Amino acid sequence: MKSAKLAVSALAMIAASATVATARDQIQVAGSSTVLPYATIVAEAFGENTDFPTPVVESGGSSAGLKKFCEGVGENTIDIANSSRPIKSSEVEACKAAGVSDIMEVRIGYDGIVFASDIAGNDFQFTASDWFNALSAQVVKDGQLVANPYTKWSEIRADLPDQDILAFVPGTKHGTREVFEEKVIHAGCKESGAEEAFKTALADEKAAAKACATLRTDGKSVDIDGDYTETLARIQSAKNGIGVFGLSFYENNTDKLKVGTFGGVVPSTETIAKGEYPVSRPLFFYVKKAHLTEIQGLKEFVEFFVSDELAGPEGPLAAYGLVSDPELAATQGAVANETTLTN
Amino acid sequence: MTDATNPAAPVERPSLLVPDARTAKRNAAEARFRAYGLSAIIISLLALVVLLFTIFAGGAGAFRQTFLHVPVTLDAAQLDKKGNGDIEDIKKVMTLTYGKLLDQSVQDLIAKQGITIEGLTDKDVANLVSKEASAQLRNMVLADPSVIGQTVDARVLVNGRVDGYFKGRVTMESAARDSNTSPAQLQLAETLKDKGLLAKEWNWAFLTNPDASDQRPEAAGVGVAILGSLYMMLVVLFLAVPIGVAAAIYLEEFAPKNRLTDIIEVNISNLAAVPSIVFGILGLAAFINFAHLPQSAPIVGGLVLVLMTLPRIIIPARAALKAVPPSIRDAALGVGASKMQSVFHHVLPLATPGILTGVILGLAQALGETAPLLLIGMVAFVKNFPSAPPAGLFDPASALPVQVYNWTQRADPAFMERASGAIIVLLVFLLCMNLFAVFLRRKFERRW
Repeated sequence: MKSAKLAVSALAMIAASATVATARDQIQVAGSSTVLPYATIVAEAFGENTDFPTPVVESGGSSAGLKKFCEGVGENTIDIANSSRPIKSSEVEACKAAGVSDIMEVRIGYDGIVFASDIAGNDFQFTASDWFNALSAQVVKDGQLVANPYTKWSEIRADLPDQDILAFVPGTKHGTREVFEEKVIHAGCKESGAEEAFKTALADEKAAAKACATLRTDGKSVDIDGDYTETLARIQSAKNGIGVFGLSFYENNTDKLKVGTFGGVVPSTETIAKGEYPVSRPLFFYVKKAHLTEIQGLKEFVEFFVSDELAGPEGPLAAYGLVSDPELAATQGAVANETTLTN
Repeated sequence: MTDATNPAAPVERPSLLVPDARTAKRNAAEARFRAYGLSAIIISLLALVVLLFTIFAGGAGAFRQTFLHVPVTLDAAQLDKKGNGDIEDIKKVMTLTYGKLLDQSVQDLIAKQGITIEGLTDKDVANLVSKEASAQLRNMVLADPSVIGQTVDARVLVNGRVDGYFKGRVTMESAARDSNTSPAQLQLAETLKDKGLLAKEWNWAFLTNPDASDQRPEAAGVGVAILGSLYMMLVVLFLAVPIGVAAAIYLEEFAPKNRLTDIIEVNISNLAAVPSIVFGILGLAAFINFAHLPQSAPIVGGLVLVLMTLPRIIIPARAALKAVPPSIRDAALGVGASKMQSVFHHVLPLATPGILTGVILGLAQALGETAPLLLIGMVAFVKNFPSAPPAGLFDPASALPVQVYNWTQRADPAFMERASGAIIVLLVFLLCMNLFAVFLRRKFERRW
């Protein structure tokens, strides 16, 4: 009797409170796990220094964040999507279909992708074609396209250490993977002349590009679907493994990891800012313009994010490993004018 | 018959004291089985011990944190530029300014103590103190602006790397390779410790603080996560328990036994075996996309866990009701009670201990569940505490198992210690709930 009454009253209470669910007063952010640490640092500082509540920041990956972002406009949808790659036109279309037409793109800075191995291991000087030859499914050897025969780095190039090839690369759901394929594997494919060979063999540019980016599946290249912490754990158990990391992750674990040079350049915030270190990518977040007036503090948060104190070269984001954008002033102007994507 | 066919053959009777081959074989089989059982128990105990040891060895550090005691002069010229003591003007001063003030105070402290360390840079000194400290200082000033201009004794957190040094996570060798600390900084910390200014102290803040960003692992706590888990348990308690118990009573006592109730019964058992992530997908579709409940809110998490827990409450509740002997019901009906009176006056009170045990174990399971929460936005960085229920049920919050998952993915190794600490908190809660269930069973259970 009692429990039945209790059940009914509890249900009634929940139903009543659900209908009066009040206006959301905190900003909601979701998306890329690469941008996540920066977003949390800014969110924390924003909550500390203003009267607005601290924004809620979710992780989950660039694509997942943008998908959520494009679900529609209104309090029940997120305000900001973090992304480690530019938004795709298909995503812009999907957004438009759901009513999210005015999107502001904000570039917060650059992130480097580094190749690191166990601290006690060998030193590596990589080039793009080394990586292509080590990981691609098919390579050019003696002018012929063959299934990847290399098992040791020294077989690829005599200056590389005599060490078994074992690489931990980010899984396909990561934005980092796309950059790795484009700027390392594909670049190496061109550099080593394999792309030409693919083109003549397949007689199709698209198929050649795809063949370039196809990694070997014999266990020498291991996809890591988890975060960089998992890659680090794998390297610590397999000491001859080489992992692909974000620069900021490496900078937080310099006592455990030894970084390899790429094209003769040591990765650092300075070399990336100068454009010397080639494997870098811009980081973005996307804002719904319609929410600027609707959600309290959103405009202030976006301005706060790109302010010199935070995103500038002396700010906490740079201290954490973000390569600050030399054109930050332009971004600040665009944010102030609420400039949206045009296409 | 045997006598007739075999009259003369003397039956050989072996001594009972000497086991024959078959008895010896049976005895050996039994001994082997006991050995298997014993080794199974030893293996599982060993696994448990290793698990608990690694968690406690890794997580105990989260409860003790290194603090620095430093006198800070709250310079009025910097904190209250207009000098009018107006709180709005003081609010405009950012944590950055407080950070510089703290750096200066630490420099002064080093000079006053006459500490000289070779290779100590300004950056080392500035990074000795946690970035959280400037926020603490600012909050202190905002709470009581009259302290401006005075010198206060501040007890501030120390950077996670230095803290790691005193916990054995960071060594001088690793610090030399580490871009976030340096051997000189560690030496400074060591010297300050010898002077009694820096010490490892009990850290209540781990239980009361909210999460912190990647730059300040030393300040992160499970406060919001505990509150979020608590709110979700409230939702489960207020929804799953009445619904589950009512369903169990109806099915067991009132429902006619026909094909329909058979189907329901099978489905409840099936539902109990459905992987929990499925409930997360359901929650996302039903509660967020259809009912438009807010994301990351304990109400949604709670509702998802209600669905997950329901069959796990109904099944033991039915078993408990079934265990009440029919003679009790017959006696009640015999003296003229209605069916409902017999159930609520006699059967239900006798089944209560069993039902409660099921409820508590169901709650404990819900408390430790992560998978369904991943999909409904609970895996988030949440810094603000949710307000008091019922409105707080709609505010964003985290949950304990989710916080563990979240921390294991952070770059700074200091978060691993936090994650283990959060596991300890979770285990303590689970242990308490299970002990309570055992207590209820022991105290109120009746046997017939």
